[in-house]
Amino acid sequence: MSTVARVLTDEMIEAIKAYIPRYPSKQAVTLPALHIVNDRLRYVPLQAIVEIAEILELAPAQVQDTLSFYGYFKQDKPHGEIRAWVCRSVSCALRGADELLEHMCHKAGLKPGETSANGKLTIEFGECLGACEMAPCILEGEELVADVTHEKADALLAKYK
Amino acid sequence: MAKFEPVLMANMHKADSHTLKVYEAGGGYRGLRKALKEMTPDQVTETVKASGLRGRGGAGFPTGLKWTFLPKNHPGPIYMCINADESEPGTFNNRYLMELDPHQVIEGIILSCYATKAVTAYLYIRVEYPLSRRRLQSAIDECYAAGLLGKNILGTSFSLDIFIHVGAAAYICGEETGLIESLEGKRAWPRIKPPFPAIEGVFRKPTVVNNIETAACVTQIIDRGADWFKTIGVPADPKNPRDPGSYGPKLYCLSGHVNKPGCYEAPLGITCRELINEYGEGIWKGRKGKAAIPGGISMGLLTEAEFDTPLDFAGPGKVGCLGLGTAAVVVMDETVNMVDFLHNSCRFFAHESCGQCTPCREGTHWSLTMLERIKAGKGRLKDLDLLLEIGDSIGIIPGTTICGLSDGAAWPIKNAIRKFRGDFEEYIKRTNPNGYMVTEPVPALLQLGAH
Repeated sequence: MSTVARVLTDEMIEAIKAYIPRYPSKQAVTLPALHIVNDRLRYVPLQAIVEIAEILELAPAQVQDTLSFYGYFKQDKPHGEIRAWVCRSVSCALRGADELLEHMCHKAGLKPGETSANGKLTIEFGECLGACEMAPCILEGEELVADVTHEKADALLAKYK
Repeated sequence: MAKFEPVLMANMHKADSHTLKVYEAGGGYRGLRKALKEMTPDQVTETVKASGLRGRGGAGFPTGLKWTFLPKNHPGPIYMCINADESEPGTFNNRYLMELDPHQVIEGIILSCYATKAVTAYLYIRVEYPLSRRRLQSAIDECYAAGLLGKNILGTSFSLDIFIHVGAAAYICGEETGLIESLEGKRAWPRIKPPFPAIEGVFRKPTVVNNIETAACVTQIIDRGADWFKTIGVPADPKNPRDPGSYGPKLYCLSGHVNKPGCYEAPLGITCRELINEYGEGIWKGRKGKAAIPGGISMGLLTEAEFDTPLDFAGPGKVGCLGLGTAAVVVMDETVNMVDFLHNSCRFFAHESCGQCTPCREGTHWSLTMLERIKAGKGRLKDLDLLLEIGDSIGIIPGTTICGLSDGAAWPIKNAIRKFRGDFEEYIKRTNPNGYMVTEPVPALLQLGAH
């Protein structure tokens, strides 16, 4: 295994270890560890799984099992610098969310889950973002965009051209 | 109707309402100081029990009663899990509390932990709420600095840590044992109950799982008293000894086709129509209403004629809905076709079924497949019966699944088809004029017997 380059930096390892005292079991640090890696690398490659498992004294399969359950972490390649989650659940759908997502995907030439060629933007569909009073809404990175018209969506896309 | 004075939202309009300074200036942490000085943990539990507070997360289980299920004189540790995985479509009341008044929530968590003798609280928040997470974390940091969290809170022997645990975009983590499994670092597969979390919860220790708004209510009950709480809402039905009543204020989420969507505080028992007209300023574009979701998409549908249903814990059930749920009302105007609504609902549940129980995993996916077929103009009237068969056979209520996710998937199917069958029949006949009467299995269904 020594031929594979290490993925986790010392800083990531320290950040993961800092979570261990919070829980009576090391396995409970799985999700925090996945987030720590994902926040920095924008994906969680298989080698990171092996290294997380080593820190948490788990089998890599246990970490991989957990990761694969959640739809949040990408494994094949990093997502864009910004991930834009376009809500498609009922309150947003009643105010045109399906059309909005279709418009954005068409305009950007991407399918949900895909990243633009310049690596700046990933368009995702989201299930209820909990901002139904601002429907249709988009979570652009950590910022919520409210009452998104097609013009607003175009402006959002233009930022990452 | 006398104008109701908001309680849970009273602080939210103030500038910097999320800071300790503003919260304390409005009387914040008064209840906690009183409780730690003058009340035993059991007295706090008794007060919450006497208030009749029912959990605000969806199931409506009496909170004080839930606490008393913990084993007596347990050597510990006992854990508190706070459920901030608010993912029910239509629901955002917890987000308001966390973003605009996080200290009200934290005070309630500290009080709940004091009452239950929990030493650690894990606040499980969905990853889609970054602002809530930042506001909560800075509020928690303020509390540690002010001696309201950590060792020997306010100079007493009571100590408590609160840790934020971030989810990863899975609806099922809002189910309390799914949350526990997820917190433990596993896939969020709900557990078979019993044992209930109060006996064996997270890390195999006694655990209480409470919702964010429930915690905020605890804050108000300890500050203002159980009797005050009972003056609001709908009293227990004296003819039904099993009805715990619907007491207290509630944060209603209003969205969809109304003029003014938003989060509004009202006494439990306000009708859907009052909420739409008095708070939401009516249906948008001068149109008529057609249907409304009474409390998050899992709860099913009210028809326009049922808009006078009171939104208390008992109300929506009387007109065939699953219950009050999260009290998130989503309004649909007369232009909405129920085929589109049900397709959206089935798509959500097919995406969010955790896959553990076969009836739910297969039922949600086949219902989506059928809705897609109907939408594509290949529907048959027979499909409506097949959909109802799925609706009637998945869930805890028919006894085929471990958790209630699929009851929530089933209810929109059952309500939409039984209350709006005309919509579906018209759509199918119009879009599939030559095939709507076909009753033979479609080729895709034949493959089921392939093995």
